[in-house]
Formats: sequence, structure tokens, C-alpha cells
Amino acid sequence: MAGKVKWVTDIEKSVLINNFEKRGWVQVTENEDWNFYWMSVQTIRNVFSVETGYRLSDDQIVNHFPNHYELTRKDLMVKNIKRYRKELEKEGSPLAEKDENGKYLYLDFVPVTYMLPADYNLFVEEFRKSPSSTWIMKPCGKAQGKGIFLINKLSQIKKWSRDSKTSSFVSQSNKEAYVISLYINNPLLIGGRKFDLRLYVLVSTYRPLRCYMYKLGFCRFCTVKYTPSTSELDNMFVHLTNVAIQKHGDDYNHIHGGKWMVSNLRLYLESTRGKEVTSKLFDEIHWIIVQSLKAVAPVMNNDKHCFECYGYDIIIDDKLKPWLIEVNASPSLTSSTANDRILKYNLINDTLNIVVPNGEIPDCKWNKSPPKEVLGNYEILYDEELAQGDGADRELRSRQGQSQGPRAGRSRDSGRTVLTTWK
Amino acid sequence: MLQEESDLSLIIAQIVQKLKGSNLYSQLERQAWASLQRPEIKLESLKEDIKEFFKISGWEKKLQNAVYGELSVFPLPSHPAAPPEHLKEPLVYMRKAQGSWEKRILKSLNSMCTELSIPLARKRPVGEQKELLNKWNEMGTDEPDLSLFRPVYAPKDFLEVLINLRNPNYENGDSLSFRTHLGLIQIPLKVKDIPELKECFVELGLNTGQLGIDDSTQVPPELFENEHVRIGQKVLAEQDSAAAQQYIRQGSPTALRAELWALILNISSEPEDVLYYEQLKTNVIQHDLLVDSLIYKDVKLTASNDDYYFVFEDYLYQVLLCFSRDTSVLSHFAYNSASPPKSYIRGKLGLEEYAVFYPPNGVIPFHGFSMYVAPLCFLYHEPSKLYQIFREMYVRFFFRLHSISSHPSGIVSLCLLFETLLQTYLPQLFYHLREIGAQPLRISFKWMVRAFSGYLATDQLLLLWDRILGYNSLEILAVLAAAVFAFRAVNLMEVTSLAAAEAVLADLSTLKVMPLLQIFLFATVT
Repeated sequence: MAGKVKWVTDIEKSVLINNFEKRGWVQVTENEDWNFYWMSVQTIRNVFSVETGYRLSDDQIVNHFPNHYELTRKDLMVKNIKRYRKELEKEGSPLAEKDENGKYLYLDFVPVTYMLPADYNLFVEEFRKSPSSTWIMKPCGKAQGKGIFLINKLSQIKKWSRDSKTSSFVSQSNKEAYVISLYINNPLLIGGRKFDLRLYVLVSTYRPLRCYMYKLGFCRFCTVKYTPSTSELDNMFVHLTNVAIQKHGDDYNHIHGGKWMVSNLRLYLESTRGKEVTSKLFDEIHWIIVQSLKAVAPVMNNDKHCFECYGYDIIIDDKLKPWLIEVNASPSLTSSTANDRILKYNLINDTLNIVVPNGEIPDCKWNKSPPKEVLGNYEILYDEELAQGDGADRELRSRQGQSQGPRAGRSRDSGRTVLTTWK
Repeated sequence: MLQEESDLSLIIAQIVQKLKGSNLYSQLERQAWASLQRPEIKLESLKEDIKEFFKISGWEKKLQNAVYGELSVFPLPSHPAAPPEHLKEPLVYMRKAQGSWEKRILKSLNSMCTELSIPLARKRPVGEQKELLNKWNEMGTDEPDLSLFRPVYAPKDFLEVLINLRNPNYENGDSLSFRTHLGLIQIPLKVKDIPELKECFVELGLNTGQLGIDDSTQVPPELFENEHVRIGQKVLAEQDSAAAQQYIRQGSPTALRAELWALILNISSEPEDVLYYEQLKTNVIQHDLLVDSLIYKDVKLTASNDDYYFVFEDYLYQVLLCFSRDTSVLSHFAYNSASPPKSYIRGKLGLEEYAVFYPPNGVIPFHGFSMYVAPLCFLYHEPSKLYQIFREMYVRFFFRLHSISSHPSGIVSLCLLFETLLQTYLPQLFYHLREIGAQPLRISFKWMVRAFSGYLATDQLLLLWDRILGYNSLEILAVLAAAVFAFRAVNLMEVTSLAAAEAVLADLSTLKVMPLLQIFLFATVT
């Protein structure tokens, strides 16, 4: 078992490189024999593309699934979730239960979304039902808040209408594709400020689904006071919480970076709203993450050489309901503050401990079941194998019992995954 | 026996006097009148029936809580012939020292005023008033030029004053002996030793369940936590201040803390209280005070940069600006050794008819003052309630941390307690630190002055403040400071400079407060 792990990366970030070096791994180039490649999303496309791709050998691991975009592209994520819900409905699963208004009781966690220009007419119909609503336009393929804007009038998105003279079918390339979602204009405010949650989720395999949640997620606060007034629609500092945007605001602080640990959020909510509703909120957050993964699991290429660490963006509204906004395949590894650097360093460290057991040359045929001790700051979010072992009929009973009683999100005895009381 | 009785009746008379002027009195009166309509109230037994009615309807409980609240701040019994200054501070030399410290602060404030040519107070023009009203919820985004302002004083300035305090009647001779106090404070005040502290803080003992220890993940909640939560809910249902105070000695569950603190401090948000707060807000809008800039500067320097509290920046302005206009705070100077600074209307210096207290609440903020408010933002999100809780916490506890007095919870006693604990129980460490020029108090002073706010993680800080409320004393701050030194003793023994010692103790954010206290008090060989 001699031989050091050979690593490559095309992302020059110290939090990565320091982690590799501290394990005594050896840096190589991509043309050499490598064992571990932390690659950007462009590179994974090449590796698995028909023309430029190549087979990975058993001792090679990469940090993306080939078709991760099923989850991480805004339009595909919505499409997959809609498909998943319909499938459950067809099966008659209790999870797909709806209320008297036709809204899903347990699976309504993505704000109403349409693809543009494809669903333009459907969108217009929905828009006319509540004309005072605000909608957020996001380009499908971009990140860091680029290209996002808010609208509250149909005229503002005229050029996406299918029969508009200004659009042309020729330019319906991926670059022009947008999603338009109902803007959550009643976000939970703390100190009068809007924030969103960034949570890290590691998936080591989709079938069976095995995913881990990083305990140290954080809240990203806007520097400017939130106001739902229409005059501030253009002020991106009020509405978007991406750090990339906030960093350029006048009030950006380089000590805390406008970030709060999730534990602070928990303390604040428990103190001001009570323990039950707070536990329910966090349970719901875990639920929607797992459901989103289950939704894409069937279409995901569950290549055994792959793992992926996602950045989940979640917004909580003032009724303490969490909404899934998007999932990032390449969460930023840039550190905006000292605390940030420590957090991301530890994130990578714990991730590597899980996916490259013992820091030795990997064998992708292993069972991907790391021992509990190496989890670090990760907690098991969902383990399909474990869940199935306990019997599938538990699912119904536990699901019914979900709203009763707080279930602490902390593991009590070894091995039990208390986060998943529903299976 | 007779003396005690007359003491008691004196106290009762004073409390009745105090309560007669309160809101509760008029409420009770109204309730009594209204109760006459009730069938069970009979003219023959009017007094008894009304008393019974009060008992059943919960008003007696409210009265009980109010009395209990008064007793908590009531000054220690003194000679009936003692003048009012003695209520503030019995020892003359302390009074004198506080007086000269105040003169210095006021001088500093006045000179800043003259230097910058800014009046201590001015009426805002109407346009400015409107603007401020619009921006009331986001004053944090305002960026006035504060570069010329400096805090009136910082904790370390205050420490120098305390170090130089001397009792002119005390002569400890020139020869050093084992009795010599090696610390910075050279005042002979009585402080508790560990056996006395153990008696005082008996509920923190090893055999008693604690939140902050026995609610950790490894301990099954059936052993302590569940029952403790249940009792807490019961205490809240009973609305009994005294019971709440006893209960909270073992820590408060996060979900119950906001209500428990309000119960212990006897704060209920009546419409009159909200109205009062709104009135203070109006005062802020209409007049601009120099201390406002000091408050802005302080928040920008401290809370805005804090990982936990930056979110609440705007609430801090809303609370502190109103606080400085609140003249009801002046009443606490009856038992505070400090006195509110006086200022004179322009041109009428020395004429008593033109004297005003400045700022209106008599409290000049210093560097770090806003950190007293910040942790409370985790519990109360409604500004007027947040304000009331802070004000009560200030007039019961925090004022003692920056005024010179002989009170056992006063900062002088806390410093002495800290140093004595260290010298008695960690003599080697104390001696070593002294030798390398790192007097321990120089490091721990800032922790105690701020009641550890901004140094501990918020959840730990709240557990600490639970005990301050529970024991109605700040002594726990000194004990914790000593416990922190004990915890890091091994590393501290290896340092060779003050800077290195500061570095070892720079980051307290990972500390767990209750285990430290418990080990120091109950598990250390004495």
C-alpha cells in the first residue's frame, strides 16, 4: 500500500493546496498518473465528454459527478423536482399529498419557477393571478449573482416572450436561457436584515444515496436594510445575499464578512420563537435537501469515481418556512475573512477524510462507508442503505409523526443518524 | 429584636413609599374599585374580600414580584442617622475618589466639546428631524464623520484610577510578608474565599444539575434537562419572580430565557411602557446630543465588528440613544456611588437654577458600553421591550462595573476578589505572571468591566448572565476570570512577557463557562 496520493487541481486556492500538502500528497499534472483531481466544472465536462473524455481507472477520484448540472443548473433542478413530484403522485405516495389549494404539503419547497422563453405563456398566466408580485430573473448558467434582476411588470421581460419580434429562435442557446421564480418578498429578517443560508452537503454516492451535511453552515446577511418597496428593486445590495455582490457595498465588513454561523441563527430563533418551531425549521431544511437529492438521483450518472460537495442556498421566510433557491456545484473556496478561511480549510479537510479513506491511494470500488470517527464536522444527513435496512414501512409512520415533538438534531449513540428520523 | 423590627418596618415603609409612585399602585387601585362590582365582595368584609380577589386574580403575585424587585436593589441596611451619601457609598475615601474621577471625565468631555466646537446639546432643525425619523430603523448605514471623536475613557484608564486608590486610614507597613497582597488593588475590602463562595453558589455544585453542563450531547435529556424545562414552564405559569430567580441559578433553557429574565427583572410590557419608549424616541429626534456621537463611535468600534452582534447594529442605536435621554434612570443614583454630571445653560455657569444633568440620564458612555446591550438582542426583538430589559439590567447590575464603590458587586471588590483568588489558590502562577510584568488584573479587567460580553460565545455568555440574575450578584464574573486563568495555567506558566500572556488569553470564544466555574469552585484541591 505504499505510494503517495498524486493530486491535480485547476483551482488555485490555498485552502485546497494546504490540505493536500499536509497529507504529504504529491502534486502532479493532469497528463501524468494522478489519483485525485479537484477540478472545475469545465474540466469535468471535458473528462466525461464524448470527444475529449477518457476512462478513469480504479485508483482515480474526481470531485464532480458528470451530469451534476441536473441539480446545479437552476432550470434542470426545477425540472427534476417537478418530475419527481409527479412520479410520487402517480404512485400514490403520501409524500405527494396536496392541500385543498392544490399545493404539495411536503414537497413544496421550491418557489414557483418557469423556464424562459419556453414557459413564457404559463408564466404570464401565473403572473396575472397576482400582479403585484415580484419575480426574480436568473440566468441558468451563471453564478455569483451575475445577471440577476428583479421585475414586477411584464414589460420588463418582453424580450423573452416567444412571439416577441425582438427574440429569435436562433438565439435560444443555453446562454440566453433564464428561469423566473416568484420572489420571496417576506423573508425572515434578523435585526431588520435579509439573509440566506449557505449549507454544505457532501454526496459520496447517489445510488444508494449517501449524503452528509456540514454542521458549520452560515448565514449571509445583506449590508443594507431590507425593504420590499418597489423603489429598491434595482438595489442589488438589498436583495441579493451573494458575498460576491455584498463585498462591493459600502458597508461590507472584512472582519465578519456579514456572515453568521448557523448556530447563532439557531440560538436566536430558539430564544425568540421557541424550541419546537426552530427544531421543525431545521428538520424541514434537512428534509428539502434530501428530497432534492432523491429527485435527481435517478437521472444522475452515479459514476463510482465521483463525489461532490454542494453549496445549498436556502432562504427562510417570515413564517419560518425554508425555500430552496439553488444548489452550487462549485461553492466558492475564496475566503473573505479569516474565519472564513478556517471554515473552508476544515470543510475540505473533513471532505477529504471521508472520500479518501486514511489518505491512501483510493480504490473506487470501496463501499464508501467511512467510519464515524472521520466525519469531523460532517453529520450523516441520509444513508439510503441504513434506511432501507430498517424497513421501508417505517417511512410512512415516521413521516406522519414529523410534526410532533422536537427531535434534537444531535446524534446520541454511535452510528444512529438522528437527522433522519424519516426514511 | 426590637431593632430588627424597627429596621423591618423602616424598610417596609420605604418600599411602600416607592411603590406608591409606581404604575402598579394605580393599577391595583383601579382593580380594587372595579372589584366592587363583583358579587363575592361584601361590604362587611370588604378588606378581606378584596385581598382574596387579588390573590385569585394574580394581582397579589404582581405586587409580590414588585416588592421582591425592590428588595433586590435595596441598599444594605445602614444606621438610621446616616445621610443619603452613605446610601450611595459609606466609605468617604471611595466617595472622594469617585468624585474626582467624575470631574476628570467631565473635563475630558468638555474639552472635546470646545475643541470640536460642538455644543453638548442642540435642537435639530425640522428637516434633520424628518430625515432621522425616516432612517430610524437603519441608523447603522449613516456614516457621520466620527474621526475626531474619541471615547471619553476606556476601561484601562479606569483601571489606573483603581490601582491608585488608597485608604488613608490603612497602614500596612513597609515590610513585605506573606500577608502582602501581590496584586494591583491595594484596598482592604472584604472578599469571599472559596469555602464562602461554595456556600454562596451552592447550586453550581457537582451534584446539582446545570444547564451548560448537563444538557450536553452525551447526557440523555431524561436525566436532567427535560425535568428542568418542565419546572421552568411551571415557574413561568406561576409568574413568581422569586421562584424564577431561584430556578435560573441552574441555568435557563434557551426557549424560556427571554420570559424568565423579564419575570426576574419584573418587566412587563404595558402600553404605558411602549408609550414611554416612543416618547424617548421623540426626544432623540428633536434634540441632538454630543453623547450621541460617542455612542455611534462606540457601536462602530465594537459591536459592528463582532461576529455575533453585527447583525443588531441598528437596534443598539435605537436603545442607547433613547437610554441617554431617559431621566428615570436618574433615580438609581440614590444607591450608585456615582453622581450625574451637571452642566449649565450657556452663559449661566454656576447658577443652580440653570443646571441640568448631562446627559439627561446622567450616564456618560465609555468605550465598550454598547456591549452591555448587544447580547440582549438575541433574546428580544421588539425595541421597547429590549430597551426596558437593558435599562433594568443597567440600574441593577452594570452600573457597578464602572463606578468606584465598596459594594461587594462593585468593580473594586471584583478586582480584589479576582486577585485574591488567584494569589491564594494559584500562587505559583500569580507570582510568575507578576515577575514577567504581566499582572493578571491587567488582562482580566476588561473582561469583568464588560461582564464578558464580546469575549465569550453568546450562548455561554447568556448562561453566565443567567447566574448573575439568579444570585443577584456580579461576583461570579471575578470567579470566572480566575477560573479562566486556572484553565490556561499550564500555557501561562511558559510565557515570558505581558504580550505573550495576552496572546494566550486573547481568544475565549471556545470556553465553556459552567464546567470552568464548577471545577474551579468545587473540584479544585484547596
